[in-house]
Amino acid sequence: MMASAEPYDEAVVERDLGGLGRTVVHEGELLRHPTYTRFLHWTVAIFFFAALLSGLAIYAPWSFSWLTPLFGGGQMTRLLHPWFGIAFVVAWFFQFLNWLGIMAWTEADSRWLRGINRYVKNDEKVEPEYVGFFNGGQKLQFWEIAFGGLVLLITGLLMWFPEVSGRIGVAISYPLHDIAALIMLAGIFIHIYLSTIGQPGTLRSMTQGVVTRAWAWTHHPAWYGRVTGRNPREDYDAARRRQAERAREMTSLRREDNRPVTKPEPSKSPD
Amino acid sequence: MATERTLQILQISGHVGSVPAAGMQRDLEVCKLVDVTTCIGCKACEVACVEWNKYPFRETTFDNTYQTMPSTEWNYWNLIKFNEHQREDGTLMWLMRKDQCMHCADPGCLRACPADGAIVQYTNGIVDFNQENCIGCQYCVSGCPFNIPKFNASTKTVFKCTLCSDRVGAGLEPACIKACPTGCLHFGTKSEMKELAETRAAQLREQSGFADAGVWDPSSIGGTHVIYVLHDAKHPELYGGLPADPQIPFSYTVWKWLAKPIGLFIALMTLLGVIFHYIVMGPKRPQPEPRQEEL
Repeated sequence: MMASAEPYDEAVVERDLGGLGRTVVHEGELLRHPTYTRFLHWTVAIFFFAALLSGLAIYAPWSFSWLTPLFGGGQMTRLLHPWFGIAFVVAWFFQFLNWLGIMAWTEADSRWLRGINRYVKNDEKVEPEYVGFFNGGQKLQFWEIAFGGLVLLITGLLMWFPEVSGRIGVAISYPLHDIAALIMLAGIFIHIYLSTIGQPGTLRSMTQGVVTRAWAWTHHPAWYGRVTGRNPREDYDAARRRQAERAREMTSLRREDNRPVTKPEPSKSPD
Repeated sequence: MATERTLQILQISGHVGSVPAAGMQRDLEVCKLVDVTTCIGCKACEVACVEWNKYPFRETTFDNTYQTMPSTEWNYWNLIKFNEHQREDGTLMWLMRKDQCMHCADPGCLRACPADGAIVQYTNGIVDFNQENCIGCQYCVSGCPFNIPKFNASTKTVFKCTLCSDRVGAGLEPACIKACPTGCLHFGTKSEMKELAETRAAQLREQSGFADAGVWDPSSIGGTHVIYVLHDAKHPELYGGLPADPQIPFSYTVWKWLAKPIGLFIALMTLLGVIFHYIVMGPKRPQPEPRQEEL
């Protein structure tokens, strides 16, 4: 049964920059994103924000013309914006190829999407057992950037070369370029939120490349199962039992001392 | 090209806030009247334009007509368009029209422009480009229904006819008007020129046998500050492609002024959404979470 998502591709996880870079995985951690993926992710991110900020200044000068000095003034902002866009598309293209296999939409993702309500409301402690390396939401974000990027590229080129595309070509491209950018702007807020304060422990996967085992069985149990060969639910329950055990020990210790163990004595200053 | 000191500004492209010193003094709306029926195609206006604006005479092209080049250029703002037109009775008409910026009452270039102060419209009707504020995006090119703004690839800015705002601001007529030897070009207030044009059109209809003679002053863009008297006002496109019903693209009206701010607002609501998700639902930590110790 195809309850779990895509087949786990070892090759994707082990990709590096032609021998450069390494990912140190400590005990209790799992390798999540290899050097190659991380390098691409941050290259895409840098050019995305360069294109976004320079584009916003042109999109809405009444609110964002103050951004133009970042790029050397209005003319320079306009001059650089298409080049930022090209750099974004090139970097993204490699990331697209890197993740294309793992981002294929599966039955598990449809199930996840149907239950998005409980995901948003944090109803469950751990994700359902069928959630693999990427969940449905992450895959949506991927395809939104893939299609959005394509629209931005085509309409951007038409606007860059008006002598080729003509008056109407530019006039049509202009709102389409904006709509694609606005959807991606909305997407990036959600992306940044969930990968930082929304789900603590996630950002590490894109910096050091690793996550804790607890993170893996909480957010991507099927992936945890595949890489460790263990049952995510059982490991989670075991961890809870261990924790309860520790808590009991603490309580008994506290009873012996008749005072809280964890509270340190007010330290006297040395002077 | 800027003459802010002498001309009252009506609107400014990509500008936040009000127009400085609006309503300080009243200006008459100016207008150029081109009576194509008395144009002899001498191109004195073309030469006067380049001379006054201190541009070198650029290379011409030959396309089997008397037209200097296919269209106006960034440093060639005034061009006589030639067309040999065969009428229904087999006779030939030589149609000549002075092409330049029409100085629309509702300028598509200004609507399209995202750069603060790159395009200004004066209360006297002149629409002028300030190249020092131009960012070279060329949206104005697609906003214009007459293919007038032209991009200078070396300065990366856009140029067009200024209606000699520097001369008009000083109380003079535009250079092209001054150079015209037949009196087919007139300059004055919009109402005067409109009246003169209607008189001439009536004369053409009644005395010269041009039953369809009329005045071109398209209402689709709120009228223009360059108007034409045509022998055949029903077919203005015969005169070097003068559009009968010029339009500003939909995207520069509805999209830019309405949908754009709304779209940005919706996108920014996502930011508000995630902030309140954090406040209301809180973060999702790896499970089991460390037990809360009672201290």
